[in-house]
Amino acid sequence: MNTQNSRTTKKMLWLALGSFGFAFALVPMYNIACEKVFGIKLDNSVSTLQPLAANAVPVDRVIEVHFDGTVNSKLPWLFAPNQIKMSVTPGKVYEASYTAKNMANYPNVGNAAPSIAPNQFSSFFNKTECFCFTEQALLAGEQKIMPVRFIVSPDLPKEIKTLTLSYTFFINDAATAKLNVPTATTAALVAP
Amino acid sequence: MADHKQSFFERWFHSTNHKDIGTLYLLFALFMFFLGGSMAMVIRAELFQPGLQLVSPEFFNQMTTTHALLMIFGAVMPAFVGLANWMIPLMIGAPDMALPRMNNWSFWILPFAFTILLMPLILQLLFGIGSGGPAGGWTLYPPLSLQSGTSLSFTIFAIHLMGVSSIMGAINIIATVLNMRAPGMDLLKMPIFVWTWLITAFLLIAVMPVLAGSVTMLLTDKFFGTSFFNAAGGGDPVMFQHIFWFFGHPEVYIMILPAFGIVSEIIPTFARKPLFGYQAMVYATASIAFLSFIVWAHHMFTVGMPLGGELYFMYATMLIAIPTGVKVFNWVTTLWRGSISFETPMLFALGFVVMFTIGGFSGLMLAIVPADFQYHDTYFVVAHFHYVLVTGAVFAIMAGAYYWLPKWTGYMYNETLGKWHFWLSTIFVNLLFFPQHFLGLAGMQRRVPDYNPAFADFNMWSSIGGFGFGLSQLLFVYIVWKSIHGGVKAQARVWPSARGLEWTVPSPAPHHTFEKPPVIKDGDLAHGDVTH
Repeated sequence: MNTQNSRTTKKMLWLALGSFGFAFALVPMYNIACEKVFGIKLDNSVSTLQPLAANAVPVDRVIEVHFDGTVNSKLPWLFAPNQIKMSVTPGKVYEASYTAKNMANYPNVGNAAPSIAPNQFSSFFNKTECFCFTEQALLAGEQKIMPVRFIVSPDLPKEIKTLTLSYTFFINDAATAKLNVPTATTAALVAP
Repeated sequence: MADHKQSFFERWFHSTNHKDIGTLYLLFALFMFFLGGSMAMVIRAELFQPGLQLVSPEFFNQMTTTHALLMIFGAVMPAFVGLANWMIPLMIGAPDMALPRMNNWSFWILPFAFTILLMPLILQLLFGIGSGGPAGGWTLYPPLSLQSGTSLSFTIFAIHLMGVSSIMGAINIIATVLNMRAPGMDLLKMPIFVWTWLITAFLLIAVMPVLAGSVTMLLTDKFFGTSFFNAAGGGDPVMFQHIFWFFGHPEVYIMILPAFGIVSEIIPTFARKPLFGYQAMVYATASIAFLSFIVWAHHMFTVGMPLGGELYFMYATMLIAIPTGVKVFNWVTTLWRGSISFETPMLFALGFVVMFTIGGFSGLMLAIVPADFQYHDTYFVVAHFHYVLVTGAVFAIMAGAYYWLPKWTGYMYNETLGKWHFWLSTIFVNLLFFPQHFLGLAGMQRRVPDYNPAFADFNMWSSIGGFGFGLSQLLFVYIVWKSIHGGVKAQARVWPSARGLEWTVPSPAPHHTFEKPPVIKDGDLAHGDVTH
């Protein structure tokens, strides 16, 4: 009887452990479901279409791309697109730009997270160059123009007439702290 | 074996006896029910009138969040585990639970877990330290929960401990049911309550670790620089909602399947007819459990899912109405042409069937995607889940408590007071939650301490219902207290038409029962005859 109970207990403990692991397995599964099943592009990297950009054949069709920019409340920046919208021929490379200004009196590092609406069609919007690929550092009061080069895939379904590109700038706490460390240590050295 | 004399400390703190641990679980749940209930009283008092009168918005949010955590993990779940501890060994003819020492441990983790959960709230209220308890809702959605103070780490540690306790309790129940049944107690002769708990225990083992995993990710996001849910670092806050509700939906069935079991024990006793469709009940329970794993995203229709996802989760959710409908049909059919009497447990069980079904129907309304866009995060949702959890789970627990109380204490409870308790509870709980449907449809949102004066009347009714319902529960404490301390002696078979092994032992059940496996007679079991 006792061995039977301990056998059941062991099996159940393995099941519990498996479920705990499954919770973490849900993270890659979520990405696969979004990207492979629903075609929502989640990763924030250079387009895989880049080599195609040169030889993509432009199609005889014009869509509108709208631009939007916001800043998370923890980052003391102003950030806005320099154009509200552009008329775009799928297959051609375009360049748009945003302006960011650091309103604080100390340097800040931000990371931009892009998103495309409607998000099912995000895989058709390819950025060949973007300020969102890297950390962006701004000195106190510094203003910077941030370009983004993109190409809309000619395969974009016909019924889609408008795409919206939106960025949200978040503070990069770790990099900001690193940037502000030298001043802090100098202050500490001066203090005594 | 003769009972040896135990000191108070030895009996209650070292206990490995399933009956004593069951009692501890039930008393703990009752205490948490009142603690969580008093927080609900604060919420209803603030909402009595529009405007901010009694508490600050921050404190109001702490009340809603802590109320939910206490009621779910502190009241409803431990109450069911307490009933399982008391009744499962008695129902299957086992001398005790399979793992008695682990049983002691899984109970004694709980008081510590809830002390930790309440610590930030207590520190703020009594000593002015910190920023108070968790206030971002019991669902702990990031980014809000990640922006809260240190209370998040207390909440996460407490949830880890509750998870460990629940998993150990579930393993114990599975080992008991699978290995400790008396000879002749085949799986398909087991009482429905045991069946529902067996299935619930599997749900617990499958999903409590997922909750532990998701809060662990919150913990590392907040303190160790990971970015599971942090958009700035490439994570996705929406993913938290998926992982959380993958736990969360089975969790709501964890809180209702044992209730189905209790009601399925009580209705045949007082209708004086065998349960209609025993095997259908078992398979319906298993189907509900299976479906619970594949419908989670109906909690987050408005989050911006692709159309295909919305449609899938809508249809899958509506599918659950079929096995649930089977259960309600079987209860009603058991009553059909029965010789019904209306003792307190039966009243609560009938109240359960009617009012749980109301909650089930509003659940179906919420499952409709386009309609849900209006209902989402309004008081309609609050009304829905309180109908299934208060008039559902809590009413079933009350029914079970009255049904088995004479078996536990050896004395009959006061039937007149029991009926008063039922009718006061039923009238006030409907006054409390029914108007909230209309408030939600009219656009009053959840988790906000103030509201448009247009909602004033319904909120006042709802608050009056809330105070009345809260006070009525004091009557329950008095009835239990009286029944422990005396009254009419209870027979072994407390209810003459009740079937099941628990009624073959004397009342009160002796400290040790079924030390030798019982010889099961046909008439003892409710479902001994497999042909019916």
